[in-house]
Amino acid sequence: MSVPLAVTPEPDMVQLLTPEGVRVEHPDYSLDISDDEIKSLYRDLVLTRRIDTEAIALQRQGELGLWASCLGQEGAQVGAGRALRHQDMSFPTYREHGVAWCQGVDPLTLLGLFRGTNLGGWDPGENNFNLYTIVIGAQTLHAAGYAMGVVRDGAVGTGDPNRDTAVLAFFGDGASSQGDVNESFVWAAADNLPIVYFCQNNQWAISAPVTTQSRVPIFHRASGFGFPGVRIDGNDVLASLAVTRKALDAARNGLGPTLIEAFTYRMNPHTTSDDPTRYRVGSEAETWKLKDPIERVRAYLAREAGVQHEFFDALEQESEQLAEHVRAGCRALPDPEPLSVFDHVHVELTDELREQRDAYAAYLDSFEEATA
Amino acid sequence: MSPITMAKALNDGLRKSLEDDPKVIIMGEDVGKLGGVFRVTDGLQKDFGEARVFDTPLAESGIIGTAVGLAIRGYRPVCEIQFDGFVYPGFDQIVSQVAKMHNRSNGFLKMPITIRIPFGGGIGAVEHHSESPEAYFAHTAGLKVVSCSNPSDAYWMIQQSISSDDPVIFFEPKRRYWAKGEVAEDPPPLHHARVVRPGRDVTVVAYGPMVTTALEAAGVDDAPDIEVIDLRSISPIDTATVVASVERTGRLVIVHEAAVSHGVGAELAARVQEKAFYSLEAPVLRVGGFDTPYPASRLEEEWLPNVDRILDAVDRTLEY
Repeated sequence: MSVPLAVTPEPDMVQLLTPEGVRVEHPDYSLDISDDEIKSLYRDLVLTRRIDTEAIALQRQGELGLWASCLGQEGAQVGAGRALRHQDMSFPTYREHGVAWCQGVDPLTLLGLFRGTNLGGWDPGENNFNLYTIVIGAQTLHAAGYAMGVVRDGAVGTGDPNRDTAVLAFFGDGASSQGDVNESFVWAAADNLPIVYFCQNNQWAISAPVTTQSRVPIFHRASGFGFPGVRIDGNDVLASLAVTRKALDAARNGLGPTLIEAFTYRMNPHTTSDDPTRYRVGSEAETWKLKDPIERVRAYLAREAGVQHEFFDALEQESEQLAEHVRAGCRALPDPEPLSVFDHVHVELTDELREQRDAYAAYLDSFEEATA
Repeated sequence: MSPITMAKALNDGLRKSLEDDPKVIIMGEDVGKLGGVFRVTDGLQKDFGEARVFDTPLAESGIIGTAVGLAIRGYRPVCEIQFDGFVYPGFDQIVSQVAKMHNRSNGFLKMPITIRIPFGGGIGAVEHHSESPEAYFAHTAGLKVVSCSNPSDAYWMIQQSISSDDPVIFFEPKRRYWAKGEVAEDPPPLHHARVVRPGRDVTVVAYGPMVTTALEAAGVDDAPDIEVIDLRSISPIDTATVVASVERTGRLVIVHEAAVSHGVGAELAARVQEKAFYSLEAPVLRVGGFDTPYPASRLEEEWLPNVDRILDAVDRTLEY
């Protein structure tokens, strides 16, 4: 039996820079931005891609156990990341390397999780960038809870641009099916929380196309929960910046949540362990290549803004240096000490865990004595 | 001080925590105006306001998940899960997020979250309202798990749990909510077991609702001289207190409502045989629920450990 699908025609999405590199206006999302600022966005895009490329190479060389590539999603991520103010808090999935970069996180910080030297291990407060979350969608509830704290701290709608705080929660098209994400929407709506949901719809949840998750465009889900949703060209960094900035402003001003669906494409396998040839055709990626988030900015800068080759050359140099930093830094990440497995299980170590640790230490020492 | 019920003692303890620390907040289903289905949070919203004592949407994963975010923001959430059998929708957030966040963040984040769960049977409830899920949580690294058995412990242990920088799963024996007792002046540390009745013949260890039952068994005329230990802390376990007792009595019976297989009693039995092997005069015996789903309430008196089943185990260990 075939089920009649109530498929809505693909809606318009907010776009401020075409794949050909032409700036276009949008009635609701004007973006007052200088060419210098666009150059700086371009720098973030290029360096994010370089981090990603190096990480894949490091995985191929056996230096990382796994890597989740963000290739093709740099525009969505850099636009969203650059829309954050210093007091805002972000809750990533495990693929937001571009957001991490924009928040000032050293890319080496991200590598421990994928190299297996730690489980993340960074201080979320240092760059207002929380730990990567691998259980799909769980972080959206943490974001809602954090936003509840922001409200209780009186840091919403005061009019003070350095005090009013918003929360940016990332998730993907697959996560949109998770209970946690939907519960987070319920919480955000019920309490009018200062939160922006940023869904990168990259069309694939490993091997499952987005049609497995939803009969309607994902941003339409927001209306059922009672807050606005908007779809953007997820490969357009300017659209991502403008729409996220406006949504974050609304959140900080006490106007509640927004769902942004960044319509993009996962150009690479889900992770380095995945084989997409089993479930999608290569021509799909070829089509999306024409919408590359970086090429369009380069085209704009070179053709429309008259940016000279010196800028691109210098950036290439910087990119090389960053790559070397990632390569050398990755190899230098120390393996953890055996007994460190017992660290930070609890704030207050229990007697029984101390006993286990001491017994294991004695066991390890017994080998040293034997070889001495 | 006159005797109060355990529900009132918990209410007093929560009130004290709210007074002592402005970052303490209470959240859950029906904890506000209603005061909780067991009235444990009665009057707290009225006195501390809706920002600090509030009803959440009806979704347990959401309750725990948002508590994680509140903790990251610097709050000290106390979550109420309305009944034991309703904790499972929040299980992922508890075991994958609450329990691991301190570890995953290399110590940068703390999760000072207390999750209160009324647990256990004996009140004639419909299904999913009488379960004892403590072993799931005790088996999870990063969590601490405790259960009070009397009003004094309820008053002190809830405050100690809330002030703990580690997440604590706080099991409240719902059938003892209305039992009265006096609140002591000085509490023992949170994770210490307590000998509640000294005895020479057999050690009986229990926690939560079964402490009262074990004491009733020990008080039966002609019963052997039973030493009753209230474990109080399920994880970590105060093994030393139990071992010291077994070294005196040579015999151990462990009682809990939860099904015996893979339960807390199994863990404690393993520890005791490891640390007090030469003191044991008989195998360690367990008395608990059967390895079946919790039964319909007309059968629960058969399913739940009671005085006779405890004394039967005591007799068997003495006859060995």
